Amino acid sequence: MPISERNGLKVWQLRTPKSQLIRWGAWLIGLAVFIFSWKEISDNTLWFMMDNVGEVVADITGRATPPAWSYITELGKPIWDTLAIATLGTIFALIMAVPVAFLAARNTTPSRLFVRPIALLVIVSTRSVNSLIWALLLVSIVGPGVLAGLIAISIRSIGFCAKLLYEAIEEINVVQVEAIKATGASPMQVMVYGIVPQIMPAFAGIAVFRWDINIRESTVLGLVGAGGIGLALQSSLNVLAWPKVSLILLVILVAVVIGEWVSAKVRGAII
Amino acid sequence: MSAALEAKLGRAWKKPPFISSPVFRWVLIIGSLVYLVLATIGTAGISEFLRWTGIVGPQFSFGATDKLFSGIEVKWDRIARGWERGWQFIKAFAEPDFTSRWKDIYKGIYESIVMTIASTVVGIAISIPVALGAARNIAPLPIYLICRAIVAVSRALNEIIVAIILVAILGFGPLAGFITLSFATIGFLAKLLAEDIENMNKVQAEAIKSTGASWTQWINFGVQPQVMPRLIGLSMYRLDINFRESAVLGLVGAGGIGGTLNTAFDRYEFDTVAAILIIIIVTVMFLEYLSGVIRARIQ
Repeated sequence: MPISERNGLKVWQLRTPKSQLIRWGAWLIGLAVFIFSWKEISDNTLWFMMDNVGEVVADITGRATPPAWSYITELGKPIWDTLAIATLGTIFALIMAVPVAFLAARNTTPSRLFVRPIALLVIVSTRSVNSLIWALLLVSIVGPGVLAGLIAISIRSIGFCAKLLYEAIEEINVVQVEAIKATGASPMQVMVYGIVPQIMPAFAGIAVFRWDINIRESTVLGLVGAGGIGLALQSSLNVLAWPKVSLILLVILVAVVIGEWVSAKVRGAII
Repeated sequence: MSAALEAKLGRAWKKPPFISSPVFRWVLIIGSLVYLVLATIGTAGISEFLRWTGIVGPQFSFGATDKLFSGIEVKWDRIARGWERGWQFIKAFAEPDFTSRWKDIYKGIYESIVMTIASTVVGIAISIPVALGAARNIAPLPIYLICRAIVAVSRALNEIIVAIILVAILGFGPLAGFITLSFATIGFLAKLLAEDIENMNKVQAEAIKSTGASWTQWINFGVQPQVMPRLIGLSMYRLDINFRESAVLGLVGAGGIGGTLNTAFDRYEFDTVAAILIIIIVTVMFLEYLSGVIRARIQ
């Protein structure tokens, strides 16, 4: 028990002087790094532009209100496309994520030494690259449009879904699998009757969760030309049509909130 | 044995369906099929298929709905032309070019890291009081509602959209990206931390209260030790997310490596793109490993 002496009295302390010093040093380094980072940002900022930020905000809000309500009739198609990108993207991602997850899970992979690292690499590399970057790449390959967005969303989602799914597979109850095996089931039957029912709730949860995230992401894919409502946003921003911009932002907000509500309801029903 | 039981026993066992209510199940299945057809081939595709089967005449069409439910357009000739570019991109990963644009890459990565660190620190600092306010067992109702509203707004707005608005207001540069990431961190961290505070062990907090502790002492000794491991874990996770997000904020002019990446894509310099993507992936892997080690040490 760390004790310090103060005026001849022994006083209880939470930490020893050494650990206290280490903590103090760590905080100091952390603070120094933060201040340095802040200074870098500050150096790269034109602070004189900030003098009239209030005016700029007032100006933009003045231009953006009221939203151009009549424009909403033209947003039906973009929002339908956005929904299609999110939904079909999630479906394709799940189709590809399921085999990857089974190859990556320790208890179902055919080879821990060769197949598992490859599956993990697929998961990490698809997950670390943002869907906008995938979209940027795919627009240059398949051309601008919904298809590029759809593929971008599906590639980005593979890693996410496969990671959560393989963690769920690793956590399954082995007793049930053994029981199915004991009946003389083939490996395929073990899969269908022993493993799949155990991960089905997790699978459905992951699917809906990712669908919700994909709605958010697909709303901005249009900024790089990959279809959906982001395309409308980009064209309105380019001509500084602020009333249209504010309407589009409102529509996106409503779509995101509805998506989150549906996803929360479905996940609540499963769990 | 009754005949009804006999009949039941004679039937082969079937796996129970995932959705138990049959009405709901079938509505869901048929609804999804209709949606899938409309979303993939669209009404134009359906009418084309019907014309092809010969059920309807050659002039048949759904008319105006074709414009809305147009389905997904696949331009095969465009893909055939772009395929070479895709192949070049894949080949570029075999020999990424770090050197010829190294100055730009270095500057972009540096800016991304600086933005990530600053915004994570500021985001955490703001999200702690917001999380305390958003936990129902600590905050009174008015404060709870205000903090929950902050969390909801922050979570509903996409980072890119916030960045676009901030770039319009503050001009190009890392400041817009920094504020965007801090704002996004608040919604993420405050929500999860508030949930953790709501699930804390009441007994420990009560015990501190019964010693006559003030409110700040109560928070510091009764609540803080219980949520600290989770807070550190979430902060590490958010650091990782913020770095990944900072890589795309540059696409809309909010600073970071995204700007360099966008330029490289525009010039079709796939070897530079590959170099940047490799740097991003390696950094993310390193951060994930680091956060894994730290979380394992704390818990």
